[in-house]
Amino acid sequence: MVMLRAVRRSETLCAGPSVCSSRAKGSAGAAVAQFNEMFQGTDVRIPYARLQDWVATMPQELRSLKQAEAEALFRRIGITFAVYGEGGDPDRLIPFDMFPRVFSGAEWGKLERGIKQRARALNAFLVDVYGRGEIIRAGRIPARLVYQNEAYEKAVAGFVPPKGVYSHIVGVDIVRTGPDEFYVLEDNCRTPSGVSYMLESREIMMRMFPDLFRENRIEPVDNYSEKLRRTLASVAPSKCKGEPTVVILTPGHFNSAYYEHSLLADLMGVELVEGQDLFVEGEYVWMRTTEGPQRVDVIYRRIDDAFLDPLCFRPDSMLGIPGLMDVYRSGGVSICSAPGAGVADDKAIYTYVPDMIRFYLGEEPILQNVPTWQCGRDEDLKHVLANLPDLVVKEVHGSGGYGMLVGPKSSRDEIERFRLKLAEDPSNYIAQPTLALSTVPTFVEEGVAPRHVDLRPYCLVGERIELVPGGLTRVALQEGSLVVNSSQGGGVKDTWVLAE
Amino acid sequence: MLSRTASNLYWIARYMERADTVARLLEVGSRISLLPSAQGYRSDWDSLLQATGMAHAFAQKYGQTVQRNIESFLFFDRDNPSSVASCITAARENGRIVRTALTTQVWDALNTAFQELRQLEREERSKLELSRLTDWTMRHAAMLRGAIDATLLRDDGFNFLNIGYYLERGDNTARLMDVKYYVLLPRVDYVGSGLDNYQWTTLLRAMGAQRAFHWAYGGEVTAMKIADFLIRNPQSPRSLATCTAGLMNHLGRLAKAYGRETEAQEKVRTLAAGIEAATVDAIFDEGLHEFLTRYIAEAATLANAIHASYLSGEMR
Repeated sequence: MVMLRAVRRSETLCAGPSVCSSRAKGSAGAAVAQFNEMFQGTDVRIPYARLQDWVATMPQELRSLKQAEAEALFRRIGITFAVYGEGGDPDRLIPFDMFPRVFSGAEWGKLERGIKQRARALNAFLVDVYGRGEIIRAGRIPARLVYQNEAYEKAVAGFVPPKGVYSHIVGVDIVRTGPDEFYVLEDNCRTPSGVSYMLESREIMMRMFPDLFRENRIEPVDNYSEKLRRTLASVAPSKCKGEPTVVILTPGHFNSAYYEHSLLADLMGVELVEGQDLFVEGEYVWMRTTEGPQRVDVIYRRIDDAFLDPLCFRPDSMLGIPGLMDVYRSGGVSICSAPGAGVADDKAIYTYVPDMIRFYLGEEPILQNVPTWQCGRDEDLKHVLANLPDLVVKEVHGSGGYGMLVGPKSSRDEIERFRLKLAEDPSNYIAQPTLALSTVPTFVEEGVAPRHVDLRPYCLVGERIELVPGGLTRVALQEGSLVVNSSQGGGVKDTWVLAE
Repeated sequence: MLSRTASNLYWIARYMERADTVARLLEVGSRISLLPSAQGYRSDWDSLLQATGMAHAFAQKYGQTVQRNIESFLFFDRDNPSSVASCITAARENGRIVRTALTTQVWDALNTAFQELRQLEREERSKLELSRLTDWTMRHAAMLRGAIDATLLRDDGFNFLNIGYYLERGDNTARLMDVKYYVLLPRVDYVGSGLDNYQWTTLLRAMGAQRAFHWAYGGEVTAMKIADFLIRNPQSPRSLATCTAGLMNHLGRLAKAYGRETEAQEKVRTLAAGIEAATVDAIFDEGLHEFLTRYIAEAATLANAIHASYLSGEMR
């Protein structure tokens, strides 16, 4: 029989998804007990109540059998790719853990309100900074952070996309540290990936464990593609009369997320196109079909701004469509997400999202940011320098865990060396406390054990704002690890929201 | 349907059929070269390369026409875009791009061929008999063909696949027949001799049509009968008549589905009418080589028309 127990260990954890790789030595830093989403002491938390029996009565042979079955299903579907653009072998399979992650309806309700609030504020911010820039005039955000931002597209200044939406799919990365403590790690306003895992994980779980779905009342996620299609159609340009033609624009089959692009195209019943399939003529964008050119109204693009239009951005781009931006700006086609949306999900802008919510919506933020110190501010820098051993310090534009300091995991020497770098160019850095990420029971070699998780739900913004109850739960499969990135031993779980 | 998708499907078929033909060519070549001939076996391989239009590329890279080099060039060489390895890889790559337009069986057939090819490439060359390589290629080409026929939806994608098949097959049949021209060219007095007939039989064998031929015609194997069989006979699965009829059928279905004709339909009618009207006597009067060369050129024009009308997305 598989024994399931709550493992309590005191360890120091940090916030970034690609930060530290093994348990801290508990040297400096506030050691906080991590929150186990299934157990409180020895009691099972209510959302997980039925899972305890399920796992306790599952014979070892069945477990191995099911795990093998799940893997075979993933392989057959061909779902192999790197989430979050981590690179690596495009045919790589990401480990799937059968133990689901569960939210009660009430927990989800709060998350949903918080995420939608954030998505609204981020879009309001984008319309504002490409328009009058009220938030900057009001002194809430420094102009430099916006207008000198690499992601700020001067080419679309003054243009308001249909329905005032810039970011149509907002992926909000969330970590949990307690029963009611959720923090937003980062926002993804451009083209967040990974939703195919949400869909396929659910398909596979339903196929393998139908009983679980009979016993638990789990909200469905498979209407995501329908909602996405409706969202995209709702932002068709005004010049489009009748049913809009939607396409997905992919960089091509060598892209690591190609599977996801083709799955979404398939589920929505729209064409999956490459730049070469589209061309501009007159005031419109057309796709080359066997029946001649067909007008395209909405492009859900999965390529970066820089590659969209060689006439407007990178002249060497082979992926884009020459002249696309002219058509876009004259209202002949919609691009989702809108070019320039990236300025809202920058690390430096991130710290101002709570201010945006207050400024545009007149509401208090429902979801908190991870407390962040801007090293460019004197008082913040003072605090950071005084507490380096307890903090995670990141470069504003860095990614992939490079150029950062993880205080609790660093030697005195490393910290001192970083102190010098930081002093040289403080405004290039932000700092955050180390967080104790929550854990969820996970199947491991010896049975079941807690592993750290994060969450990425996908908020759809069009005529309406919608959130499918679920998301991508990534799990760090190594004991004590906080690295949920698939390139470093991360896996995925099905994410359940229970019906109230 | 997206033009690029149609194009990918069309090229899956063309590449797979081409791999099949190259394997057959290898078989013809190795058989012909086993015969004593006036010029020695090397010239036979030369003529074979000549017929496929690959002689120049081969000479540049390998120089000597020894069998091992030919095998490398025609089967394994990735620098040769028409080698079996190149064709199968390209077919599979085209399939991967339009994965959702294919059934699991069709994808499996493509992918299995590719995976096994990678295994073959790792094996020691001395352990690989030529016959094993050619059999292997023909088997996988047949499996893909079978999967397409048995499982694929009969929509426009199916038509584009078949157009690819028939176009490539017709071209290949013409080229395989033309090998004979190059082999015999130096000595006109071979025509009708025992050696001549043996070579024709080898050609039939390579097309897997030896028995079919005997059922259809019986008696002596003559150049006239074989030309009739491979050019005019609609019963022969590889004849030019069969290929043009297939092209007519599938282009006709496209015209009907899309509600309009293009220059491709016009061209294919001309091509088919030419085959229909040609008697064997007329063909030999014109000269078999001249006739085949004309066919290959006309089929290429048709291919261009298909590209312009459907695959480029430029049609207005």
